[in-house]
Amino acid sequence: MKILIQSGRVIDPTSGLEAVQDLAIAAGRIVAMGAQVKDFSPERVIDATDCVVAPGLVDLCTRLREPGFEHESMLESEMSAAVAGGITSLVCPPDTDPVLDEPGLVDMLKFRTKKLRQARVFPLGALTRGLEGEVLTEMAELTESGCVGFGQADAPIQNTQVLQRTFQYAASFGYSVWLRPQDYWLGQGVAASGPLATRMGLSGVPVSAEVIALETIFELMRGTPARVHLCRISSARGVDLVRAAKAEGLSVTCDVSVHNLHLIDVDMGYYDARLRLQPPVRQQRDRDALRAGLADGTIDALVSDHNPVEADAKNLPFAQAEPGATAVELLLSLALKWGREDQVPLQRVIAVLTQGPVKVLGQSLGSLQASLGQITLGGVADICVYKPDAAWVVGADTLRSQGKHTPFAGYELPAKVATTIAGGYIAFDAG
Amino acid sequence: MRTQRNPQLNANGELIHLLSTEGLSKEMLTHILDTATNFVSVSDREVKKVPLLRGKSVFNLFFENSTRTRTTFDIAATRLSADVVNLDIARSSASKGESLLDTIDNLSAMAADIFVVRHNESGAPYLIAQHVGPHVHVVNAGDGRHAHPTQALLDMYTIRHFKGDFSNLSVAIVGDVAHSRVARSNIHALTTLGCPDLRVVGPKTLVPNDMAQMGVRVCNDLRSGIDGVDVVITLRLQNERMSGALLPSAQEFFKSYGLTPERLQWAKPDAIVMHPGPINRGVEIASSVVDGPQAVILSQVTFGIAVRMAVMSIVASHEG
Amino acid sequence: MTSQFDNTVQADALDAEGLYQQLLTAIRPLTATADKPVRLVGIASGGVWLAQRLQKDLGLAGESGVISSSLHRDDFSKRGLSSMGVQTKLPFDVNGATVWLIDDVLYTGRTIRAVLNELFDYGRPADVRLAVLVDRGQRELPVQADLVVARCSVPSTQSLELSQTDGGRLTFGIETAG
Repeated sequence: MKILIQSGRVIDPTSGLEAVQDLAIAAGRIVAMGAQVKDFSPERVIDATDCVVAPGLVDLCTRLREPGFEHESMLESEMSAAVAGGITSLVCPPDTDPVLDEPGLVDMLKFRTKKLRQARVFPLGALTRGLEGEVLTEMAELTESGCVGFGQADAPIQNTQVLQRTFQYAASFGYSVWLRPQDYWLGQGVAASGPLATRMGLSGVPVSAEVIALETIFELMRGTPARVHLCRISSARGVDLVRAAKAEGLSVTCDVSVHNLHLIDVDMGYYDARLRLQPPVRQQRDRDALRAGLADGTIDALVSDHNPVEADAKNLPFAQAEPGATAVELLLSLALKWGREDQVPLQRVIAVLTQGPVKVLGQSLGSLQASLGQITLGGVADICVYKPDAAWVVGADTLRSQGKHTPFAGYELPAKVATTIAGGYIAFDAG
Repeated sequence: MRTQRNPQLNANGELIHLLSTEGLSKEMLTHILDTATNFVSVSDREVKKVPLLRGKSVFNLFFENSTRTRTTFDIAATRLSADVVNLDIARSSASKGESLLDTIDNLSAMAADIFVVRHNESGAPYLIAQHVGPHVHVVNAGDGRHAHPTQALLDMYTIRHFKGDFSNLSVAIVGDVAHSRVARSNIHALTTLGCPDLRVVGPKTLVPNDMAQMGVRVCNDLRSGIDGVDVVITLRLQNERMSGALLPSAQEFFKSYGLTPERLQWAKPDAIVMHPGPINRGVEIASSVVDGPQAVILSQVTFGIAVRMAVMSIVASHEG
Repeated sequence: MTSQFDNTVQADALDAEGLYQQLLTAIRPLTATADKPVRLVGIASGGVWLAQRLQKDLGLAGESGVISSSLHRDDFSKRGLSSMGVQTKLPFDVNGATVWLIDDVLYTGRTIRAVLNELFDYGRPADVRLAVLVDRGQRELPVQADLVVARCSVPSTQSLELSQTDGGRLTFGIETAG
């Protein structure tokens, strides 16, 4: 379809562009950009006056809960929620049921999602069979089926020798390894260690669980040139260690979730199970360090860490509740909220949702790497048009995801997505 | 961050649930103790009953076993003329997979007025309190390692009975403080009531440093911990602590932290010794101290009934 | 037993000390002729001073008792326990005793009903009598006093209470009921 997006404020962090421009889209690509595009007869005109026109967002962690944990039409609802949030590419972790360690499962997932003509889905394959941390998966086969990297989701590998071998094997092929840095034994708690967890009588996860895991990963990386992406940094010390590792020249990237960016341990109030999250949200100084790290580039990407936990799984005492929150529709708003609160330039805010994640995915994207996460002439037409001055209240009635549990319920958040275009196709239109 | 109203109080600031001693004012705690004073004498009458909760149903919901505490609540409710139903959760529908809140809904449909709840997860009574209707009251009989407010209240009653004013007392809590809901509730109550010198004593594995933020002095050495105190509260040491690499053995614990008659002399000569029970003789406390003149453990038990009568009467008289 | 005095007095003309003297005079022969020991019990809180003074002025051995209606009140669910103050203290065996309940004002009769229930929690008395300084009528239960010193009409919007000055002098006060 030929689409013309008129008079929007176009922002492209990769080139630094920020100007009111028209965009012409045809056959899935951006065919013209400029103050006024002429000689183009669109089938659809989108009036983007007073809107921001950004590259479609790239979310490095969205759980679709398929295969295995799906309720009826869950894949459809979560994919709809993603595009309603302005997301045109998403990465889903391998902790499905069964685990994504077989090429056939990856093929099926890619087939089902492609049919929906919404966001592009980039699955992460399991690093070890069944995520059990013992036997390597067939990474080459899985990459052929479409995996963009290999990870362990929330199941850390305890055996350091196995971990080393996963690095070595992945490095042989240039595959990236995605790990959540948390020591298995020290990470058994349900809340962040500290005076609050002590007072509330909840088992804690100390910062040392993250530090020890990071130091282990970095030391192994020094011996093996692996490409590692660290998922969900949660502490000030973690940010410092990543900063030092990057300065040292290690090939490492990292992300932070919207929850750790905005919330702290005391937000759980009287045991609100919506704050039962992995990693747990920590203290004030950790949040401050994460925000500074995301602004200065130490942290490459902001992720939703979307997990549509069902209602009953949260109606339990805190420690027994299933960790996770619905978040894919809040990603853009929460990024903008951070930007406005900390006076971060809009270019950087959009970058952590587009350019940053694409850099993390790197060559696993193949030819898409040239233009994904960008608005560039000749590039893929993945676009998010949003109204920066609108606002919305988070609630069961405003969320499209089947997961309704979020710690931000009742919050008024900035910005509303007007239109989402994925591969030149209008995937979402607020109307 | 959103502020939430203390779920224990209704819009008028009256007590509708007892979930924790934390968040209760000095006036509220004192009111409960004063009310308990009225109930102590009920057990000395010929008719050991008053009709305050007549026609009300008290459901004892114990997800964690405890014959002692459950019996005390049973007696307290019966003395208030309430109907008592004891639910053996282990054998009931909850173990067949029925969720906690479904269990509560079913029982509420049977017109329960008060739920006395003991659960092994911290925070469980809060979930229940948020879920029940305005005429139903929740009394926390112990949740995980978070709180045991009626135990703390009867401990405060005992201390007040023997020592009077809190504002010039030294109190030491000795033992597995990290895992103790009794310790946490006592700490909140004592600090609110104005105790100026409160210490927690035990090895570092059982007494975390960040407890100091609750307003106590952390001591890893028994001698300095109970030096000159007016009250020593000894806590039960559970067997699980040995398997979790927190302690090598009960004998070693007794060697360094067990309260013997000789060590008791480090406290004031008229210091009282308390224990929430059940006691492990020879582990946290020597037999001769348990049976000795300074121990007031049996008084704690007696006062426990009056305190629980007070708590149930007070919450039942206010609407949520 | 009927009252020996049947004075109807104006509320603002109540002389507590004077009424007490009349009570003392009236009750003396009733307690002196008893072949069983007589136990005076003051109803909290107004009756407590009266019972103490009577105990002394009648030359009775021991101390008068105190009885509280708190635990048997019928308005617990409305008023809660905030009214709990003085506790019941009966320094004698209630079983087989002759008990004189003493109170300042008899009004609806509910306090007496609660007090009787409280008394019977302690045992089975041989007989129970009630003496009051003032009966203000407006009974809601079938309760009567055996000895009334004065009758007085007080509107239901006001309360009538006995108090004791620092010097031990008894006075009546009328307040608009809160």
